[in-house]
Amino acid sequence: MDPIREKILKPSKETRQDILGKTLSYASIFLIVAVVLAIFLFVASKGIATFTENKASLVEFLTGTEWNPGANGPNGKPLVGALPMILGSFGVTFLAALFATPFAIGTALYMTELSSKRSQKFMQSVIELLVGIPSVVYGFIGLTVVVPFVRDHFGGSGYGILSGSFVLFVMVLPTITSMTVDSLRAVPKYYKSASLALGATEWQTIYRVLLRAAMPGIMTAIVFGMARAFGEALAVQMVIGNATLLPESLLSPASTLTSVLTMGIGNTVMGTVSNNALWSLALILLLMSLVFNLAVRFISRKGKM
Amino acid sequence: MNTKKVNKLALAVIKLIAAVVVVILAFLLGKILLSGLPHVSWHFLTTPSRSFTAGGGIGIQLFNSFYLLILTLLISFPLSLGAGIYLAEYAPKNRVTEGVRMAIEVLSSLPSVVVGLFGFLLFVVQFKMGFSIISGAIALTFFNLPLLTRNVEDSLNNVPKLQREAGLALGLSKWHTVTKIILPEALPGILTGIVLCAGRVFGEAAALIYTAGQSATNIDFSNWNPFDESSPLNLFRPAETLAVHIWKINSEGIMPDAEQISAGASAVLIVAVLIFNLSARYLGNRLYKRLTASK
Amino acid sequence: MKAGKYDLNDTSIMNFDKQKQEIALSTHDLQVYYGNKHAFYDGNLQFERYKITALIGASGSGKSTFLRSLNRMNDDVATVTGEIMYRGIDINSKKINLYEMRKQIGMVFQRPNPFSKSIKENITFALKENGIKDKQKLDEIVEKSLRGAALWDEVKDDLNKSALALSGGQQQRLCIARAIAMGPDILLMDEPCSALDPISTLKVEETMHELKKKYTIIIVTHNMQQASRVSDYTAFFHMGHVIEYGKTKDIFTNPKIQATEDYVSGNFG
Repeated sequence: MDPIREKILKPSKETRQDILGKTLSYASIFLIVAVVLAIFLFVASKGIATFTENKASLVEFLTGTEWNPGANGPNGKPLVGALPMILGSFGVTFLAALFATPFAIGTALYMTELSSKRSQKFMQSVIELLVGIPSVVYGFIGLTVVVPFVRDHFGGSGYGILSGSFVLFVMVLPTITSMTVDSLRAVPKYYKSASLALGATEWQTIYRVLLRAAMPGIMTAIVFGMARAFGEALAVQMVIGNATLLPESLLSPASTLTSVLTMGIGNTVMGTVSNNALWSLALILLLMSLVFNLAVRFISRKGKM
Repeated sequence: MNTKKVNKLALAVIKLIAAVVVVILAFLLGKILLSGLPHVSWHFLTTPSRSFTAGGGIGIQLFNSFYLLILTLLISFPLSLGAGIYLAEYAPKNRVTEGVRMAIEVLSSLPSVVVGLFGFLLFVVQFKMGFSIISGAIALTFFNLPLLTRNVEDSLNNVPKLQREAGLALGLSKWHTVTKIILPEALPGILTGIVLCAGRVFGEAAALIYTAGQSATNIDFSNWNPFDESSPLNLFRPAETLAVHIWKINSEGIMPDAEQISAGASAVLIVAVLIFNLSARYLGNRLYKRLTASK
Repeated sequence: MKAGKYDLNDTSIMNFDKQKQEIALSTHDLQVYYGNKHAFYDGNLQFERYKITALIGASGSGKSTFLRSLNRMNDDVATVTGEIMYRGIDINSKKINLYEMRKQIGMVFQRPNPFSKSIKENITFALKENGIKDKQKLDEIVEKSLRGAALWDEVKDDLNKSALALSGGQQQRLCIARAIAMGPDILLMDEPCSALDPISTLKVEETMHELKKKYTIIIVTHNMQQASRVSDYTAFFHMGHVIEYGKTKDIFTNPKIQATEDYVSGNFG
């Protein structure tokens, strides 16, 4: 029989190579997906135990203000009021986004519209370096610079939501900026030239045409920045004061979900109410990051239409 | 106010904002380096830390940081390579792939403290690995995988489709076409991504507090048997890293010279990150030039 | 079926005399679909051994689609039904060994795509993968295939230089050398000169004249002069159909179908 014919009809070493390659790459991706599922499963099962095993009330968890999971309240249920931490987390997140957004948009506009190639590159490196600074270093700077600054100029002990927001402001600034730059660059060039040709000033063009066209992208950038702020643990924990009380003002010591978690997990015993309650906080963090993710998807889908 | 004045004012404000951002970075770098570098000495970099008295160093923490980084990359690089190849070369366009991509996106947006807690729950407690460098490396791998995978996928996608066809048309298997032709051409992008991830891993602390632990046991640098408990290579010893150290001494407040040590350690951390950033850029440029060079 | 000005069922397809002519490759009822879009219809063509067959037609007429189906380069993007017979095997079957088939049916692409390796490695890479380790033998094949692609004299002193340093025309000839180094039976060329300047084009055409002594060549081209210069047979494609297939001389001087005549005389559209 024709030897070539025979070869074409039989598997060869290439066939085996492809089976190996497929196996390896499928296994890797499978592992990653399994990890994600495992994280959700484990954290959820631990976090739900507070309510199923320890009989804490979910309503109280979301609206109560007294956090002392080791003790029982007058109704005989554990005191798991997480509202102070939930408020703290949302407080620092929104404030940080509020501070950072104008700076991010301004910087992005400078980079895309007003700067030369060289200063563009320079700003790019500035942004990359800001991303690169580790969060503990931000926390340390917060502790040695921001906290005394807030104490001297705003009052209070210096520890609190305001300090946390200042630190997070710098941390989310590069995230929002670089994504805003991307969405500004994606606006077709002729939008701008058409507007300028109609006699609009640069600012009118930026304000009425560019920013409007890039809006979905900028929104996505802000949501991403908020997701980062919401999940940040150490930098915030170092400056917020870690008091699980309902914050009276931006200047009084407060806490966030992440700060209570980092402080608490090491001091509680696995399986106890106090420990399970912490996992419930972790579950909120997990669900919120899912919410941020869905928000990004929603915005980008709407932007496409 | 007329439109011209508004225009001038608005543009000035934009420039001012950009300048403020530069000033913030300059202030941060200046503050960290100026207050930190004076504390950095050979002695500081090589001696073990002290808990209750002043004058300790960061020797063990520094070693731990590098060792953990290498371990993390050793675990996460092959995995992300496989996953990136799957996404760029094998993934069919269907709902399952969509789901996989979404899972990776979700993993990349998980707070690192949650990833760390999961590592604590599964490896430290469930698998009884204890606070150990290997638990830390696995937690950091989870934290690292999404970025690295996306980086591999993007770098592979940047290699023109024609190169794949060239390999396939010669009767090469798809696997060898990808690993021996496409991958080498995607290498500059992949390496840049790895170095940038390395910078991120090096500074990460939240995922490590409850996995690699917060204690730096004394290790004997003359003992290189990885199965011995005092060996620096031992995978099952607790290993506080530099970033965790900064966090710990600041939140405990029992070390008398915590602020000086933190300043010094922060400076070391920043310098390391700077080196990672610069070398990523240098490496990327150089490899790119070498691949396209006409020599 | 009527589409536009021409009746797509009005066709003239030559058949070969199997007693006298050896058929290297033939297709039977070949259909190609991109998703729901039917891109190529009813391919029943035979290709004679050691001849050059040109596939001509406007862009989008399905000629590249057809060519790329012949060695299954379209597997990932298209559905191909029907038979492709090679050495008595239907190579469109799922069961065949794609890799061994492609070693026999090589391909040169529209744009030169050398690997970013040295000139020599571009040729030896696949050979080594195939288990040829003997250095002397590799060197022999390198020289032979570079000579076959009329590139040897230009590059013999720079074999270790990066292939990316070559000019476009040289790169394309290197790709031809790389393909013939595998010792294929059939060479599929997908507009191999579309990215080249006229001088390089001429060189590649000269190469093809030499190559047909040993290989069966099927070439897609949108350049009619090229088709008439190099090919023995020509097939005219229009809107996913083969309208006319015959000797090149006949197609260009005495076409049987109106559409072909209009196309070769430049009155098409």
